[in-house]
Amino acid sequence: MAPDTEEGIAEAVRGAAGPLLVQGNGTKEAMLRPVQAAQTLSTSRLAGITLYAPNELVMSARAGTRLADVEAALAERGQQMIGEPPHIHGPDQTIGGIFATNLSGPRRVAGGAMRDHVLGVRAVNGKGEAQRFGGRVLKNVTGLDLAKFLTGSFGTLAILTEITFKVLPACEATGTIMVRGLDAEAAVRLMSAGLGSPFSVSAAAYLPAARTAYLRIEDFSASVTYRTEKLGAQLREFGVAEIIGTEDSKALWRDIRDCKPLAAGDATWRISAPPSAAPRILRALEPHGIGGFLDWGGGLIWLSGPATQAAHNAVTQAARAGGGVWWLMRAPNPLRAAVDVVPAEPPALAAIAARVRAQFDPRGILNPGRLRAA
Amino acid sequence: MQQPKPKPEILARRAEILAGLRAILPAGAVIGDETSLRPYETDGLSAYRQPPLAVVLPEDEAQVVAAVRFCHLHGIRIIPRGAGTSLSGGALPLADAVVIGMMRMNRILEINYADRYAVVQPGVTNIAITQAVEDRNFFYAPDPSSQLACMIGGNVSMNSGGAHCLKYGVTANNLLGLRLVTIEGEILEIGGTHMDSAGYDWLGLITGSEGQLGILTQVTVRILRSPEGQRAMLAGFASNEIAGACVDAIISSGIIPVALEFMDRPAIHACEAFAHAGYPLDAEALLIIEVEGSEDEQTDMLTRIRDICAAYHPISIRVSATAEESAAIWKGRKGAFGAIGRISPDYLCMDGTIPTSQLPAVLQRMTQMSEAYGLKVANIFHAGDGNLHPLIMFDANDQDSFRKAEAFGADILRLCVEVGGCLTGEHGVGIEKRDLMSAQFSASELDQMRAVKSAFDPAWLLNPSKVFPLSEHAPA
Repeated sequence: MAPDTEEGIAEAVRGAAGPLLVQGNGTKEAMLRPVQAAQTLSTSRLAGITLYAPNELVMSARAGTRLADVEAALAERGQQMIGEPPHIHGPDQTIGGIFATNLSGPRRVAGGAMRDHVLGVRAVNGKGEAQRFGGRVLKNVTGLDLAKFLTGSFGTLAILTEITFKVLPACEATGTIMVRGLDAEAAVRLMSAGLGSPFSVSAAAYLPAARTAYLRIEDFSASVTYRTEKLGAQLREFGVAEIIGTEDSKALWRDIRDCKPLAAGDATWRISAPPSAAPRILRALEPHGIGGFLDWGGGLIWLSGPATQAAHNAVTQAARAGGGVWWLMRAPNPLRAAVDVVPAEPPALAAIAARVRAQFDPRGILNPGRLRAA
Repeated sequence: MQQPKPKPEILARRAEILAGLRAILPAGAVIGDETSLRPYETDGLSAYRQPPLAVVLPEDEAQVVAAVRFCHLHGIRIIPRGAGTSLSGGALPLADAVVIGMMRMNRILEINYADRYAVVQPGVTNIAITQAVEDRNFFYAPDPSSQLACMIGGNVSMNSGGAHCLKYGVTANNLLGLRLVTIEGEILEIGGTHMDSAGYDWLGLITGSEGQLGILTQVTVRILRSPEGQRAMLAGFASNEIAGACVDAIISSGIIPVALEFMDRPAIHACEAFAHAGYPLDAEALLIIEVEGSEDEQTDMLTRIRDICAAYHPISIRVSATAEESAAIWKGRKGAFGAIGRISPDYLCMDGTIPTSQLPAVLQRMTQMSEAYGLKVANIFHAGDGNLHPLIMFDANDQDSFRKAEAFGADILRLCVEVGGCLTGEHGVGIEKRDLMSAQFSASELDQMRAVKSAFDPAWLLNPSKVFPLSEHAPA
């Protein structure tokens, strides 16, 4: 089913006889756990930008609008999405999917995640009721922030039908400081020094295979020139700072955003942990044939490796030991169905979560089992 | 204002309850005598007063758990309280409720510069976090006007903002983790010291929940490196429309100043009389604009902004050359509440948010309302993010004047919703805007929020009578 109105989505939910696989274009089906559902309810035909006020830094788009279309409309007016969502699921991923999974790219470390920029959502809950939470203004603390809560809930509480989000001007210039010959410890120290500098570093990544760290600065041209030079000089203890210009920088960060440096593997994971834990995590996983790269100054670790229970256990143990959390981003169905694709909630929180879920979706028909085994 | 009926069986057992609390908490942590309860009878919305049944002042999380378990067992309502600076009555007690005041839990537990976070107890003041890290040139970004007094637990509960949110976001955007005691006395660890959480966004849900879901016992905030420097400028314009158009032009040019404040004529005059900041008294509207960066970057940015302003025929324009001159420009704005207080001892500070393009129309309607109600209003406005702060002046000794001020405030907030905005941008709903919630939300949407509250607090013991209109949906 792919209704082209919100009311159509609501009717489909009300009429559903059993579980629904909720999705946009289905590009993220391989993420987390597979859903056992006889029917699919898609927002793919619920498309189009419904509001764009560049001078108010706000856009609204129906859930099925393709991310690429949103980004093109913003670029036309010299603006961009702040959270820099990764294009890791092909050209058809929708704005609904990006917000429902809270997937953010390199700029997250400085500018916040997708959930930080959600101003409001329209959604249909599991009872088939259309609801609106939040709004279209940049500051809003009216009532419980269910707009933020539905973001990142993987369609398990309600089906997002429209998202309103904050946008920002795209910067005039981009510069990158590149330092080679670093091990992971030195790279994380360098990235922390960069992010802890007054120069507004907007991204920091480390590619272990190349033993190279990258720091990005985005602003007006004169600022980028000044800050890359000044920061490069301050980081001299780590090695020679090579500076990359705007066009090459953009290509480099597009690749990092889209996980191009990740080696092919049967499974992909993401770990979010405090940056200083990243080197330990990488080292712990190496013997298991699991490797990857660091984004968010070390706060995000992208990993690939064998799709086995043992490999997955190694990832979860390393994440836990480092004070972090994990997502199984891609793996064959049998593994995804068998393991904790995200950390389990402690019992007290799980009990609350079950009550909350029952209040949104009393029949338990929206993406059951997508995050955790039912 | 209507409040839920106190539970007679709780009022009747007052002495027994006090004794019970004293038995499980250290000496001095339980307050029960009338005089000592007095400071807790109101908060920043001082028009409403109600002494609580008792106040407990825990020193650590274990004592919070003990107090909450006791209240839960006996069906006693709980009012969490930080510094009591809420402008929406978020900490107003009920006669049959125990206030849990967090001011003794005021320690900074950990500061980590490499991973850029600080772990603090909820009773630490907002400014104290910045003070603890400023020797390393770090700061905690959200800066509500009450930052000298307000506590981080209250900031999280109300999702507080400040003058610099346009660049740095509000509290929700600057948190990594929380510890929360549920009504059953269970401890929930939410988030941690990492950036993204896997699974539901509990951190986002709890932030701004106004004490409806649990009692905070620990907060982990992000700390940021301070910029090299900042500098302000001011520009006065002949009308609100022109100043509004200038704000649009600045944002559209691709510049995001770190602060962009708007004052209307009454606010300019009040602030100037108080602070002698050199504001142009012939201007109808004033913008204060602040930028950050190195000296050269500041100059470059201020030159760009000045050029944009020039196209809107400013009555006056002043670009500060030094930090002292910047401070002088801010002095009037930062003293705004005190300045209004000098003209009118009593005022209501409203807090709606509107789409910024609606500003001239909204200010015009507000002027008409001001005449109709016969009450003066001054406007201070975070122009970059659309957050209005109309200050309605009234006389508290005149009940009629107070009722009119409340009605005027409610009309302004309904207008904010009507033009596409919301009831509150950073002060919270509290009791003040509780009964206006149905102007912004449908019955189904309010029920969905109530259902989430019920999932955490089935008997509605936590900060009841706030946020949601009193109704049959809420257990009495």
